[in-house]
Amino acid sequence: MERRRWAGDTSTLSTPRILPDAHAEGASGGDTGRMTVFVATSVGEALDALTASKPPEILAGGTDLMVEVNFGRRRPDAIVSIGRIASLRRWRCSGEGDASADGEPPEQRELDVDGVRSAGVVEVGAGVTYRQMTEEALAGLVPALAQAARTVGSPQIRNAGTLGGNLATASPAGDTLPVLLALDAEVVVARADGSRLLPVRELVLGPKRSALAPGELIVAARLPARFGHQEFVKVGTRNAMVIATASVALVVSWEPLDVRVALGSVGPTPLRVPAAEDYACARLDAASGELRGGRADLERFAELVRAAARPIDDHRSSARYRRHAVGVCAERALQRAMRSRQVTLGAGGDRVRVGAQMLPEGESPSEGARWATS
Amino acid sequence: MGYQLRVNGVHREVESEWLGESLLWVLRERLGLMGSKNACEQGECGSCSVLLDGVLVCSCLVLAASAPGCEVVTVEGIAATSEPALGSELSDVQRAFVEAGAVQCGFCTPGLVLAVHDLLDRVPAPDEWEIREAISGNLCRCTGYGRILEAVRRVIAERRADPTVTARGVAEVAR
Repeated sequence: MERRRWAGDTSTLSTPRILPDAHAEGASGGDTGRMTVFVATSVGEALDALTASKPPEILAGGTDLMVEVNFGRRRPDAIVSIGRIASLRRWRCSGEGDASADGEPPEQRELDVDGVRSAGVVEVGAGVTYRQMTEEALAGLVPALAQAARTVGSPQIRNAGTLGGNLATASPAGDTLPVLLALDAEVVVARADGSRLLPVRELVLGPKRSALAPGELIVAARLPARFGHQEFVKVGTRNAMVIATASVALVVSWEPLDVRVALGSVGPTPLRVPAAEDYACARLDAASGELRGGRADLERFAELVRAAARPIDDHRSSARYRRHAVGVCAERALQRAMRSRQVTLGAGGDRVRVGAQMLPEGESPSEGARWATS
Repeated sequence: MGYQLRVNGVHREVESEWLGESLLWVLRERLGLMGSKNACEQGECGSCSVLLDGVLVCSCLVLAASAPGCEVVTVEGIAATSEPALGSELSDVQRAFVEAGAVQCGFCTPGLVLAVHDLLDRVPAPDEWEIREAISGNLCRCTGYGRILEAVRRVIAERRADPTVTARGVAEVAR
């Protein structure tokens, strides 16, 4: 695909200066060059725009769609921009008195996730940015979401990219997806004539393929609040500005014991690993925070994770390395969860607060928190 | 097709043949503001960083036609609002970059200047990790970052020594 050429760029000086293809098409008056842009200021307006027989592309933070447009890979006839819809940029927590971000009175309710109760429900608007996810109030409710958001792109990207965009893009490497999958999150999907709740596990069908129908808009994700001990561990080629080679979200609830493991970037969709979850549940001792079989159990846990991965070779990594790496991520995540439990049980719960994470005293922050070190 | 953008405090008419143009393209090619640089066009390099309603973003990832009503601040806006009394057209961050030798080819500099203003206006006394994190989205391939970090430290020290100098530029334009 030919790149647009920039009149001011020295790179064009050695080549004949041409009109950017985008502009040439526009100037020719051909249909391919026309574009309609709707700037929606409410969900209703956006949904109205989406009722068109050929629904416009939805533009949220622009971190995926604008790349495609800039490179001429996608040439939408129409775009509906949802970045200015204030209601999508909020989150709120129901089920407790103090954590409503938008001042609305929280409802009193709990979310029951496979029989394990959370301390309420967090509803995160689709337009909430990665930056917002790392801020303390929301990070305290869903720590792994904050850890995952912290590893996304750069400050500029985290200021722009949104949870809804991550979900709708449905990339296997979407960093928030393993977290949402491990937490059995639900996605609130709206369309002009109603809305539906879609479990995250049913949203992503394959690489960049989602179960969203034309005319539908993700408006929020619903997650359990303060649910278990959460870890997100990601490996990439470096710490900043990197797309995951492999990632793991781990959630351990100790009372009653419940373990969830979800993998990113090692399959066509994010993957849950029931075999590893069941194994960890059987081998963890909540009373000590240890695995009954010690190191051997930890290795078996990682083996089960590796066995569940369905990685591919691509320009970012080999399948073999991805499989290896995802096991290492899972091991580290489980070790951190265990150490946290041991500290809680042993030292009267002394902890230091590091960014968005609660870490046992003396432990250094995980990759997610210390990512700008190289 | 025409629309208005507010750039560096001024309403600008944009005449555009195609509404798919990025804000970066419009700033450079339609409005003649060449300060924001294009290298990657995919949000990787940070050379096109601007403040959009006070938030640091890559202008290459902003659809210009979705930005009417937003306040855009580019590096040109940072320089123009510096205080003449200080005997320089440059903001304190820009001056520190010059003095610390943080500019070689200069291509990444406008984006870094925006990123550093953004950081120091939010966090007046960032630690080393916060500085590194704040500029992690701005790629520089020639200085090696050492002098860029030095420039940031200079600004922090200067602003600490003279609190009246803090946060020039960005805040004023946004007002």
